[in-house]
Amino acid sequence: MLNEHMQTVFDYPDALTPGVTHYCPGCTHGIIHRLIAETIDELGIREKTIGVAPVGCSVFIYNYLDTDFAEAAHGRAPAMATGIKRTLPDRIVFTYQGDGDLAAIGTAEIIHAAARGENLTVIFANNAIYGMTGGQMAPTTLPGMRTTSSPSGRDVEVQGWPLKMSELLAQMPGASYIARRSVHDPGNINKTKKAIKTAFQVQLHQAGFAMVEVLSSCPTNWNVSPKDALTFIKEQMLPYYPLGDYKIGDAIKTLV
Amino acid sequence: MAKGTITIDERRCKGCELCTTVCPKNIIHMATTFSARGYRPAILVDPNEQCTGCLLCATICPDVAITVYREIKPKATTPSTTRNT
Ligand SMILES: Cc1ncc(C[n+]2csc(CCOP(=O)(O)OP(=O)(O)O)c2C)c(N)n1
Ligand code: SF4
Ligand code: SF4
Repeated sequence: MLNEHMQTVFDYPDALTPGVTHYCPGCTHGIIHRLIAETIDELGIREKTIGVAPVGCSVFIYNYLDTDFAEAAHGRAPAMATGIKRTLPDRIVFTYQGDGDLAAIGTAEIIHAAARGENLTVIFANNAIYGMTGGQMAPTTLPGMRTTSSPSGRDVEVQGWPLKMSELLAQMPGASYIARRSVHDPGNINKTKKAIKTAFQVQLHQAGFAMVEVLSSCPTNWNVSPKDALTFIKEQMLPYYPLGDYKIGDAIKTLV
Repeated sequence: MAKGTITIDERRCKGCELCTTVCPKNIIHMATTFSARGYRPAILVDPNEQCTGCLLCATICPDVAITVYREIKPKATTPSTTRNT
C-alpha cells in the first residue's frame, strides 16, 4: 500500500513523450527507447540532442523521444547524422537503427561513418529480422532461422552467414566505442543502459564513433510469446552474437 | 526487507505479461477484464504487502507502464538508534 513514507524510486522519464507507442505487446524497442530517454535526462542534454530516425518499426521514434529529430531515408541515418553533426558540432547527434536499416540497405553508410570516425552515437537494435515489412530474412537472421522469406530456415550455403556488425566495425581505427548488449532480462537491461550512456558520453568528449548493438525481440514476427522471445534471445542469439565490449579506444578508457 | 509497492498505468499496459515473469514474489497477475485498448492489463495483487520495490517489473516493462515506490524509514526509528535509547 502506498503511504506517506514511500518515495518514488522508478518513474517515467522526462525525455519520453507521454503517448503510447505503436509497438507490438512485448516488443523490446520500447525498453531501448526508455534507456535512451533516461540517458538524455541524466546527462541533461535534451535541449541539444538531435536524433535521426530510421526506416523500420522504429520509424516513429521521433514521436516518442522528446528531442529534435530528423527522419532519414532507409539506411541513410549515419550519412544524415554526419551532415547534422558537422554543421552543428555543439549538438549531440544520435541515430537509432534496426538491423535491416543498418546492416542491409545502410551497410555502406554505417561502415564509412565509422571509418571516418564521425562524432556520432549509434543505437543499433538487432532483432534478426525485418519487423516492419512482415518478418523477412535480414542479414542478421540466424543460420536455420525461419522467416517469411526463408520458410525452411536460413541456408548459409545459399544466403550466406549473418553479419556481426559490432565485430566488423570494431576493426575501424575511427571507431571509439563498440559494444554489444541485450535486453532479455533486467540485469542485462541495466548493463545496456550503462553502455548507452557511455556511447553518449563518448560524443560529449568528442572522442569519435560510438555504437551500441542491442539484441532486441520481435515476438510478432518470430511467432512466439513476448516471454519466449526473450528466451530466444538468450538461447539462440547470444551464442552467435556474444555480448561484450568490442572496442574501447584509448581516448575513452577512463569513461568505461 | 524494504517495503514497496507499484502502480500500473492501465492506459499504457499492453498485457505482454513480461512483468509477471520477473516478479520474485509472483504478485503481478493479469486482469480478467479488458482495458479500453482491448488488452488484459497487469494488476498488482499484494494483500500481504510482499512487494519490496525491487524494480524488476518496471525495468522489463517495454511500455513504461509501471511506477515503483519504496518505503524510506524515518531516521529516528532505525534499529541502531532505537537500541541506544
Ligand atoms: C528504400 C526502401 N527500401 C525498402 C523499404 C521497405 N522497408 C521498410 S522497413 C524495412 C526493414 C526494416 O527492418 P529493420 O531495420 O530490421 O527494423 P525493424 O522493423 O525490424 O525494427 C524495409 C526493407 C523502404 N521503406 N525503403
Ligand atoms: S513487428 Fe516486431 S519489431 Fe516491429 S513493433 Fe512488432 S514486435 Fe516490434
Ligand atoms: S510488462 Fe508492462 S506492458 Fe507488459 S504486462 Fe507488465 S505492465 Fe503491462
